[in-house]
Amino acid sequence: MPLENSGPQRRPGLARPAVVSFEQAPPISVPMRFFLAAPLFGVAAALVVLFEGTGIWISRWSAGTLALTHLMTLGFLAMVMVGSLMQILPVVAGAPIRHVLIVSGTVHALLGLGTLALVDGFLFRHVRMLRLALMLLAAAFIVFVGAAADSLVRARNATITVRGMRYSIAALTVTVCLGLLLGGARAWQLRLAVPRITALHLVWGLMGWVGLLVVSVGFQVVPMFQTTPPYPRNLAAWLPGLTFATLSLWSLARWIGTGSVPARDVLAALASLLGLGFALFAVTTLALQRRRRREMPDVTVRFWRIGMASLLGSVLIGWTALWNPGAVPPPVELSWGILVIFGFGASVISGMLYKIVPFLVWLHLQASAGGRGKLPNMKEIIPDRRAGIQLDLHVAALLLLTGAPWLPGLLTYPGAAALGLSNLLLWANLFSAYRLYGKNLAGRCG
Amino acid sequence: MKDSICSVFGAHHRHCDDLLNATENLVHRGNWPGAETSLRAFVGAMLHHLDAEESILFPAVEARTGQVWGPTRIMRMEHQQMCALFENMRQDIEARDRQHYLGLSETLLTLLQQHNLKEEQVLYPLADRALTGEISGLLQRVRANIAPEP
Repeated sequence: MPLENSGPQRRPGLARPAVVSFEQAPPISVPMRFFLAAPLFGVAAALVVLFEGTGIWISRWSAGTLALTHLMTLGFLAMVMVGSLMQILPVVAGAPIRHVLIVSGTVHALLGLGTLALVDGFLFRHVRMLRLALMLLAAAFIVFVGAAADSLVRARNATITVRGMRYSIAALTVTVCLGLLLGGARAWQLRLAVPRITALHLVWGLMGWVGLLVVSVGFQVVPMFQTTPPYPRNLAAWLPGLTFATLSLWSLARWIGTGSVPARDVLAALASLLGLGFALFAVTTLALQRRRRREMPDVTVRFWRIGMASLLGSVLIGWTALWNPGAVPPPVELSWGILVIFGFGASVISGMLYKIVPFLVWLHLQASAGGRGKLPNMKEIIPDRRAGIQLDLHVAALLLLTGAPWLPGLLTYPGAAALGLSNLLLWANLFSAYRLYGKNLAGRCG
Repeated sequence: MKDSICSVFGAHHRHCDDLLNATENLVHRGNWPGAETSLRAFVGAMLHHLDAEESILFPAVEARTGQVWGPTRIMRMEHQQMCALFENMRQDIEARDRQHYLGLSETLLTLLQQHNLKEEQVLYPLADRALTGEISGLLQRVRANIAPEP
């Protein structure tokens, strides 16, 4: 029946194609509020290293390390990833986030405040702040996961990217639930298997949420925006699903693991397999980048190279640690974390920001100018030279901080300084781009 | 594999991308006469592509889905933005303004890629689903338009 009044031109009897729309591309303030907040959390991370000093590298369980880790993962990585998803879901899924203004404002505020409260709770052992943080972060992710899942379910065409995003959002949900448990254990003195839950929490967060999102989006965007040949079809089709399956099996084994020798070997084998998938992605990406069709140097390509090299390095460290009997020394664990979070995650994300932000500013200027007047192009919105200096500072910070757990006295303070400066410059680069948008608008209206 | 809107239009996207990158490389190296010829080939291929979409594909999709104000409207708008950039790039080559050209080609490349992403991920699959039965006839008309120039 409903077909009869659904437009004269459609042939009866055919299913109505999904209504898609690119129209609801959100206002520029939606992603920008996330992008501009992220480097400030990076600066805060640098301040934590400065104030904690060399003591921060004593163990990965120290209050300072927990604060530093969550400033980078929640404040930097998740902040940008959430903002980008709000922007690109309409593009890749054809299904925009509903009520995007309310959702983005709420998530931004809850995630930002929740992260600050969590860090305060860690550093100063304020139990009340910790409890507040857990509530804020739980609310932030309930709203975000709900909105993103709603959009991904509506996506009619389940492309590799859409499927990868579904895995990634599922992994985020697992990460958040485990994180809330761990926080709960701290805030309410619950008796839980903290080391075991922590292992699951960090693997689901780093390899599931961050790793799967980068991999499945990378399959699509690296060939397009970095002008490389496409990834091998089978790799793109199978890697996200297999990674997710291995991750689930590993978690099961880790959870019920008895500690016996065969059980440990199964666990190590599954973890090695997980690493192999990411190593394959990193090596393939690096090989494809060597065959890119543009001769112009490109800051995004360079950021991704650093990201892939770090990913590869972290897999190699992981393999060595897995198959070596005996406890892993703290500096190995810490360097591994820095390589994954800062070397892989933050590099790849910074590289993407240098494509997304100048383009968004250009696009919104176009829309508001209606084609009149001379508008700045992308390289005038963020000049290569300024992006390049920020990249150099980022590399310096990465090298210094990866070495810092081994040579704390020598490298900790220069590493913190480089981290702070790099994030300040990233913020300045993004902010001046955004301000250009405002200025041009004002110029036109005034 | 059977030809589809995804495969035919997608392949032509890659063809256009290659021409754009080739032009940029020539400008980067300072080969202005080469760049001028290459840009002409690129813009020619692009105009054929945009025309095949606007005069054949989009009307068919709009007729079948009844969505005249839907995604095709945004696509047409972005086509206009591209055409404005083509013209500015031509002027830059004429004026031998390397720096400005490279900024424009970065902008056009990004505009093109996010546009292609939307078409290849959402619009073409939608068209392939919505236009079953008409596809081979439609593609025949399209081929006359976007067959890569000899």
